[in-house]
Amino acid sequence: MLALTRSRLGDVSRVVCLLLASATLAGCGINTIPTLQEQAKASWSQVLNQYQRRADLIPNLVETVKGYAAQESKVLTDVVEARAKATQVQIPPDILTNPEAFQKFQEAQSGLTGSLSRLLAVVENYPDLKSNQNFLALQSQLEGTENRIAIARQDYITAVKDYNTELRTIPGRWWRAFLYPDAEPMQNFTVAEGTEAVPEVKF
Amino acid sequence: MSVTRRFGGTVLAIALALWLSPVFAEPNFPELTGRVVDDASLLSYPEEVAITADLKALEDKTSDQLVVVTLPSLQGYTIEDFGYQLGRRWGIGTAKMDNGVVLIVAPNERKVRIEVGRGLEGILTDALSKIIIENGILPRFREGDFAGGIKNGVRDLALVLTGDAAEVEARAKARNDADTPMIVWIFFILWLAIWLWILYGFYRSVRYGSRAGKGQSGSILAPGSSWRGGGSSWSGGSSSSGGGFSGGGGSFGGGGASGGW
Repeated sequence: MLALTRSRLGDVSRVVCLLLASATLAGCGINTIPTLQEQAKASWSQVLNQYQRRADLIPNLVETVKGYAAQESKVLTDVVEARAKATQVQIPPDILTNPEAFQKFQEAQSGLTGSLSRLLAVVENYPDLKSNQNFLALQSQLEGTENRIAIARQDYITAVKDYNTELRTIPGRWWRAFLYPDAEPMQNFTVAEGTEAVPEVKF
Repeated sequence: MSVTRRFGGTVLAIALALWLSPVFAEPNFPELTGRVVDDASLLSYPEEVAITADLKALEDKTSDQLVVVTLPSLQGYTIEDFGYQLGRRWGIGTAKMDNGVVLIVAPNERKVRIEVGRGLEGILTDALSKIIIENGILPRFREGDFAGGIKNGVRDLALVLTGDAAEVEARAKARNDADTPMIVWIFFILWLAIWLWILYGFYRSVRYGSRAGKGQSGSILAPGSSWRGGGSSWSGGSSSSGGGFSGGGGSFGGGGASGGW
């Protein structure tokens, strides 16, 4: 009976200790690395999501432009090919910590950005197309998507900056060495790609 | 010695520079003084009052927050870049549904934008926003009639947002449910369950202890003393009941459309 009592008491005090310990440790940053890591991953999903949205818009856009400017086949084919390339890029699970895969992804997407901007520049020469309601709707969606991509990238850059800073500065550095040896710094978008011309739409 | 001192000085200077340098430059955001923030003075007082009443009626009906802001300057940012940051800063719309819309007019840059919160992107699409700007707002703006353009914009936005009665009702209902944040209840119940479990443990140990004839209960902390107010984490759920107006924490992801004249 006494032994039973002791073990009961032991259980209880262990639970209390655990609760106290978790509350105290949470205050000094033990959870910061996983929290920031999840935030960065969520921001990355948003980036992927918006790029996917752009890829989904393209077939419709190409069809609409074809109806008015079929002779611009070179530009149209470029867009279709760049889209195929961008959607076929393998995204390995470790893309965020794998510089080569990240670079590849970035290149494919910026290739698509470039060919899209050429297409929209060509469209300027076709007044009928520019006043087509369907095209106007597509154009505003594309504009909105480019804007969303820019914002998603900005959010990702901020989230990764916070996460990488946490890994490299002092309390986070200790926590990483102690508890999260697997936490690797994440790749970030390079400035060069961010400043690249997005499809400009004139009215 | 002097080398060390100089080295120390350099480190200090660098540290100070890092400490002081802003990480990301942010625009200076205007204050959210009401549903209409007319910093560029485009509206007369009666017009502002009338538009504010329309915006209030829209929120009462659909729970969507629509805010009109006129800016004397975009401070060198594009209106898209300024718009989403302003929407996030003000937190227009509820945090749960992100159902805010900001109509931004920058007369000096000759730009207008409808910034749509994440939760409304499916209803107020980019294409619809563009149509409202091109057909409702810009024709008036081109004639210099800012009040008329803004009124048209608010009217069209309200039409889109109230367009589907069932949809509007569903969203208004969701908003009422959202007034008591579910997450608070979940945490409260979890918290309660943990304490009950601990108390149960104490109770068992005390019972078995006394049955064994040993007065061990005296050495146990009085469990009753650990009770403290549990629901202290309540915070205002509803944002705009009352006279003042504030955002509910809605987020913006770049939905909407822009135009220029």
